[in-house]
Amino acid sequence: MFHQMHEFGVTENIVNIALAKAGEAQASKVIQINIVIGEMAGFVPDCIQFYFDSLSKDTIAQGAVLHFELVPAQLRCRNCSTIFHPQDTLWSCPKCQGQSVEIFQGRELYIESMEVE
Amino acid sequence: MKKIEVIQNILEANETIANQNQQLLDKHKVFAINIMSAPGAGKTSLILQTLKRLKSKLNMAVIEGDVASTVDAEKVQSETKAVVQINTRNMPESCSLMAAMIEPALKDLPLDNIELLLIENVGNLICPSEFTLGEHKRVVISSLPEGDDKPIKYPLIFIDADVVIINKMDLLPYVDFDIAAFRRSIAGLNPKAEVFQLSCKTSEGIERWCSWVLEQVETNATKL
Repeated sequence: MFHQMHEFGVTENIVNIALAKAGEAQASKVIQINIVIGEMAGFVPDCIQFYFDSLSKDTIAQGAVLHFELVPAQLRCRNCSTIFHPQDTLWSCPKCQGQSVEIFQGRELYIESMEVE
Repeated sequence: MKKIEVIQNILEANETIANQNQQLLDKHKVFAINIMSAPGAGKTSLILQTLKRLKSKLNMAVIEGDVASTVDAEKVQSETKAVVQINTRNMPESCSLMAAMIEPALKDLPLDNIELLLIENVGNLICPSEFTLGEHKRVVISSLPEGDDKPIKYPLIFIDADVVIINKMDLLPYVDFDIAAFRRSIAGLNPKAEVFQLSCKTSEGIERWCSWVLEQVETNATKL
């Protein structure tokens, strides 16, 4: 038994999606996978790359570069609808100082595109 | 070299299995609660209290997600026969339960004879927030010794919770935990969350929690 971070399962999904899409495109090699990841998504890019290197071994995705595009966190004030980037751990609205906020963006995790040969 | 467009949610695989789990639970009229917290906040204690209080009213089962031992499952076994321990399944130890771990566990439970399934997630306030398991309600426990700033430090898990429990209320005279500040943080992040204050040690507030659980199970059964 070894300890595993939750990025492991996520990376398995990335490899599966990449291989399926490369197969559909009749590609012989995956060069780069472009992943969009929210600033607040609970996943560490370096950890995903680490698992990817071992999970993609002996597949056409071996050696592929994972490119992460970070989506900044944006919150929306439930009181005045102002959208803002959280400045610190206190999520208060810069306009009305309201403390009731929801996440507008920043939890994304998807494969946007791939470069293949 | 050519570029192909993909646009595919990486967590979709987990969500698909979670939906299948929920369909299976619904088919057998089982109501499932995913219980999350930091280590030591009282997940096992809450499960034990719930089993004790409700065993005359409901048939219950427990899935234990502990990473590396069976201590919790052993404690829970004194109250219910239907316990499945995830880490005995040759799965790598994980920092969170995922839907694919629940799927085989459900096969080991007599679902037709169960009305309430309590799932004890791995003690962690970060990782479990990203994975649904197929549960009907998500419960997060915070306990007084952890401090009242946990919703600010780990907002995601609190944002997605249906219920937030403040446990170890018996320690209030001894720790600097501002209940009002904690409840304000929850109200700001997640105004729909129900908040319960209780102590698994003294049983204060357990009655109210158990009434809520019972009501949820009954409401869910009539919907199906």
